[in-house]
Amino acid sequence: MKKLFLSLILSVTPLVALAAGPSVELDSIDTDISDKASLQRGLQTYMNYCMACHSLEYGRYNRVAADLDIPEEIFAENLIFTDAAIGSLMENSMSRQDGADWFGAAPPDLTLVARVRGEDWLYSYMRGFYQDDSRPMGVNNSVFENVGMPHVLMELQGLCAEAPTPVSERRFDPLTGNLMTSGGCENYAVEGSQTKAEYDETIYDLVNFLEYMGEPFAADRERIGWMVFAFLAVFLVIGQLLYRELWKDIH
Amino acid sequence: MSNSKSNFMTWLDHRLPVTNAYEKHMSKYYAPRNLNFWYVFGLLATLVFANQILTGIWLTMSYVPSADEAFRSVEYIMRDVEMGWLIRYMHSTGASAFFIVVYLHMFRGIMYGSYQKPRELIWLFGCLIYLVLMAEGFMGYVLPWGQMSYWGAQVIISLFGAIPVIGDGLAEWIRGDFLISTITLNRFFALHVIALPLVLALLIVLHILALHEVGSNNPDGVDIKKHMDEYGRPLDGIPFHPYYTLGKLPMIIIFLMVFSGVVFFFPEMDGKFLEYANFEPANALKTPENIHPVWYFGAYYAILRAIDFSILGIDAKLLGVCLMGAAIALLFILPWLDRSPVKSWRYKGMYSKVAIVVFAIAFMVLTWLGIQPATGLNNLLSKIFTLIYFAFFLLMPFYSKYEKTKPVPERVPEK
Amino acid sequence: MTQDGVNKGRRRFLYIATGAMGAVGAVGVATPFVRSWFPSEKAKAIGAPVTVDISRLEPGEMRITEWRGKPIFIVRRTEEAIANLSSEELIDNLADPQSEVVSQQPEYAQNTVRSRSEDLLVIEGVCTHLGCSPQFIPSVEPQSFDADWTGGFFCPCHGSRFDMAGRVYRGMPAPTNLVVPPHMIQGSMLTIGEDSA
Repeated sequence: MKKLFLSLILSVTPLVALAAGPSVELDSIDTDISDKASLQRGLQTYMNYCMACHSLEYGRYNRVAADLDIPEEIFAENLIFTDAAIGSLMENSMSRQDGADWFGAAPPDLTLVARVRGEDWLYSYMRGFYQDDSRPMGVNNSVFENVGMPHVLMELQGLCAEAPTPVSERRFDPLTGNLMTSGGCENYAVEGSQTKAEYDETIYDLVNFLEYMGEPFAADRERIGWMVFAFLAVFLVIGQLLYRELWKDIH
Repeated sequence: MSNSKSNFMTWLDHRLPVTNAYEKHMSKYYAPRNLNFWYVFGLLATLVFANQILTGIWLTMSYVPSADEAFRSVEYIMRDVEMGWLIRYMHSTGASAFFIVVYLHMFRGIMYGSYQKPRELIWLFGCLIYLVLMAEGFMGYVLPWGQMSYWGAQVIISLFGAIPVIGDGLAEWIRGDFLISTITLNRFFALHVIALPLVLALLIVLHILALHEVGSNNPDGVDIKKHMDEYGRPLDGIPFHPYYTLGKLPMIIIFLMVFSGVVFFFPEMDGKFLEYANFEPANALKTPENIHPVWYFGAYYAILRAIDFSILGIDAKLLGVCLMGAAIALLFILPWLDRSPVKSWRYKGMYSKVAIVVFAIAFMVLTWLGIQPATGLNNLLSKIFTLIYFAFFLLMPFYSKYEKTKPVPERVPEK
Repeated sequence: MTQDGVNKGRRRFLYIATGAMGAVGAVGVATPFVRSWFPSEKAKAIGAPVTVDISRLEPGEMRITEWRGKPIFIVRRTEEAIANLSSEELIDNLADPQSEVVSQQPEYAQNTVRSRSEDLLVIEGVCTHLGCSPQFIPSVEPQSFDADWTGGFFCPCHGSRFDMAGRVYRGMPAPTNLVVPPHMIQGSMLTIGEDSA
């Protein structure tokens, strides 16, 4: 029976390898929502640069303040730019119609964007803007072609002159074997205030924050999960002993 | 509860057959002593059903069935309701778990010939449960009103449009609108939370009553009622309770561990249980890439998509729908397709054994193909495995009848 | 099948242990279901403290605001009304003149005027009898229901009467004084729902 079961599984495995990969190659990061400092920096970047257009309307300010260890008064003073109360949803004042008129498509709410797109996509997307004068905003994106969004973080990153390649896609000179490109942006059309490494860090924090926003209870979830496992493990031992005890009757 | 019945129980038993029912279905329901781990999935299905009912009732307390509010209300449950996320994940994981245990339960029935005489009715009730469960799962998936909810519903409802003459009118009637809207959502909600669960509960009761009338089959397909002791108890039978209830505790706990593992650590299950696109609110103007139904419909969806050609003037769309319907309908007539003199595959011939294994593989591959993008290769594979799926059923009257079987022992063999 | 040679003690112990684990498990499963019934974050946000500007509230006037779905009466009492609150005559007619029922007001309002500052009365406009909202009748003149009316609140549902500090008269259907919600005053801003910043 076990052999049969195994053979069933093995016979399917090779097929899984045929699954189509993503169409664009992405840089990979590992987010860590227990890194409160990173989340706080990400939140700050978000509130300063993104919130005007992209709401986080399923989340509440006080929840974020509590989870990120920011006292409510400090949060309300420095990070809420509307007259919203600390307990309210994180909405912004831009109407969907205005957004659609200005950018061609209304800027979407980003509360759940990390769950829709995934962390790697967001990380690559935010580092994928480059100069393209044929576009209305003067920029294009290597991950999201013909995107309607302007490069909001240009003052930090600067503007890449050509489409950046993923860092994972290192290219070597075929003759000498020397590294030709380490990926990412090579040439800047406009210089920004941050270095390449600093900007990558900024985006990592931002994506980390969005990952947290997608599932603010994720830390609770795992903590409770371990407790449940501990309980079930003990129960399993007792259940097994009872099973052996009962089945003594039968043989 | 045997000799020294309490006064209260005597009083109660004169008015309600409590002890009688307990003995009939638990302590004096004799199940074969050789039931193996495959026999736990019926119990687990009942457990998951209870989970779905309980978490479902709690979800309706905060869910708002309207196109404008549904998505928001689900996020409200996840974020604002205390521990609402756990209740929601228990329900979403429960939906997939339900299908997993039901598929394993059905496969057990196929391996050991549990559908054969005199258990045809049990199998029929089971197939009905499966059918209602599919409707339940489909309508439940529409409720969160994400992109996959919306477009999945769009595709499935459009299938009804393939029916000649009445098709378009029928699809419109199901939607109650010219597009999938609050009206559709409301009726799906009513069916999902009231109507279908009631039907399911009734069918489960019938399924179990029919089972307890004829008694459980076993991996050897031996009829344990042939050999009774002097008290009329089957010699190879043991009381269902406690041996197959408390005695199955380790299996149940292992299941709960797997279930909790998903709920607490992989609630999206790599986008299979909760699809990534469904975290985006429904948008009637934007179809997501690779739209497909949830994994548990994958096999039938793959069969539907495998048909991209027309035969005898019947167009591909209608043909696909018919074939999909036939794939489900064949399950119902399985008891009459199997002409083997023995029940369990342990005593069937090589053809049956191979057929069952190949069928299981075909079903899994089709399930997987159903949620993949429709590329050329996938399409070819879908065609091949669809053929295998149908061959298993349609050739069964022949291979099960003419193959050489092994003799079934009189009594349950000692290990 | 036989139960000969079964260690009954061991078996009983395992049954009890299993039962105990099952009970713990049941409590664990019940937890999210029970906890989900507590006020959600949304309810808490809606029930958050309310701040009102009372700088333009004149003596003798009442303003009604809403907090957690209840009408909150904010009254600026006149000098005469405040003086009347400690008159022997009135106090004799009250059921609980010293606000001894602790549940009806925060500690800082457990005084004759039942408020933080003498002139400003903040009470819930919900009759302690069956929940009707009392009427505010500040004028000191004979009323159809009381010839010696000295100003206060009158519940139209069952005729309960309260004085200008929300204290209930003796022999009324209402058992206790009107509730003083937690509140605080910062300059001209009154916050209801919070005792201190």
